[in-house]
Amino acid sequence: MYDAIIAPFVEFSFMRRALVGCLALSLGATPIGVFLTLRRMSLTGDAMAHAILPGAALGYLVAGLSLGAMTLGGVIAGVTVALLSGLVARTTVAREDSSLAAFYLISLAVGVVIVSTRGSNVDLLHILFGTVLALNDAAIFLVAGIATVTLFGLAFIYRPLVMECFDPGFLRSVSSLSPVAHYSFLVLAVLNLVGGFHALGTLMAVGIMILPAAAARFWTRDVTPLLAIGMTAAFLGGFVGLLLSYHASLPSGPAIILTAGVFYLFSLTFGPDGVIMTRLRSHHHLEA
Amino acid sequence: MDSTILQFVNLTLGYDRHPAVHHLDYAIRAGALVAVVGPNGAGKSTLLKGTVGSLTPLGGEIRLTGIEVSDIAYLPQQSEIDQGFPISVFDMVAMGLWRKTRAFRRFGREGYRKIGEALDTVGLSGFEKRPIGTLSGGQMQRALFARLLLQDARLILLDEPFTSIDSATVRDLKGLIRRWHEERRTVVAVLHDLDQVRTEFPETLLLAREQIAAGPTEHVLSPANLDQARRLTEAFDEGAAVCER
Repeated sequence: MYDAIIAPFVEFSFMRRALVGCLALSLGATPIGVFLTLRRMSLTGDAMAHAILPGAALGYLVAGLSLGAMTLGGVIAGVTVALLSGLVARTTVAREDSSLAAFYLISLAVGVVIVSTRGSNVDLLHILFGTVLALNDAAIFLVAGIATVTLFGLAFIYRPLVMECFDPGFLRSVSSLSPVAHYSFLVLAVLNLVGGFHALGTLMAVGIMILPAAAARFWTRDVTPLLAIGMTAAFLGGFVGLLLSYHASLPSGPAIILTAGVFYLFSLTFGPDGVIMTRLRSHHHLEA
Repeated sequence: MDSTILQFVNLTLGYDRHPAVHHLDYAIRAGALVAVVGPNGAGKSTLLKGTVGSLTPLGGEIRLTGIEVSDIAYLPQQSEIDQGFPISVFDMVAMGLWRKTRAFRRFGREGYRKIGEALDTVGLSGFEKRPIGTLSGGQMQRALFARLLLQDARLILLDEPFTSIDSATVRDLKGLIRRWHEERRTVVAVLHDLDQVRTEFPETLLLAREQIAAGPTEHVLSPANLDQARRLTEAFDEGAAVCER
């Protein structure tokens, strides 16, 4: 038991670092994912993850495998795409989903072109699939820093953000904080995707955001427990996923996301609002 | 005499340069209880949207006296509420306290008391913990009125508040409007049921893109006026010339 579960983390510092990285991601990225799912923007995370690519690639082109340059580039690219698509949606007939799709596709194409002019395919794979088992100090501080900023940021905009998700018309009628809540949330989402891509890669970073959040929805009907369940599930997914990748020699990022995926399927099936419980309940209706 | 709280001055509101409300001049006194009546497409909802600032006038202006736009309580015809959102009736109604609590302040004992009272007033005591997704249409409308109640606003705008609601609920909600009137609040409601307007609303604005008539309800709702309102053409004229008025 000890050998299987604890020993890998005691013996290998890269496993400990990876675990700390996962903890930070589940504290930061997953609450963002909860609000993304609540706002029916689950796929927006995916789109934004692609939008980050040219910035990260440009950072890589200018400064090599530099954490700072790639982070800065990614954040700038992500925020630009988010703001542009929001602006287009608010000032023209286009809806936010179509303008976001347009801008992220342009961004992604630019990113791939940049990567192909200089780097080899190995570099592209590096960006796409991440390096959770090779997190250095700087990367851990970055991911932990982003988690900290996210938690404080969410606490700061929590009430308006919930109102913005639930009844944006009402928030606009009583306060001018609606755009503040919306755009700060998008910036936090971009930050977390950038943090996630250092650890898990752009493709897998979205997984740790959305899967635990989507799974939590089958267990509760209130926002606060949704956040708690999502974060716990995300961390457990990281823990189990790392062990899985260690013992079965699987790539760590996909192993973590697959674990979260298994939890999602379990919740979908057995959660109180999942498939089975909903069926069972409907056979026993109440008196009043 | 009471002072004016809301005034439309040569106001034109519309979409894509086509007017939905055309050159409207009308003043509403503080404490008035006004029905806005007219056929579909007459610009009634547009007028309320313009008043709360979600639509910019094409011409003229809307003057508020003694209050800010954010002090208006507004019940839209189709709210943007996400019925599937995991939130309780209590939390939804509590949003009405925004002006006091803002983003950070606690509800406090006073706040909890007021929320309880509001739920009680609309007959939703015991529904506090229910997810809003489980409410019926009428219960949802009651909850929305509880939220309006908590907003404690001096100007309340209601856009077809009684559509598709049973008579008991309508009776209760009309009682609330009467109470607001007694408390000297200004209530402006868009309505279709002319009998309701005749019995509950002393003042009426009859709109058919342009103002047809306005003033004491029994004069405004004359057969001649109603007939004139009915003749409004709903479609925008694509070839319309620029209005020179």
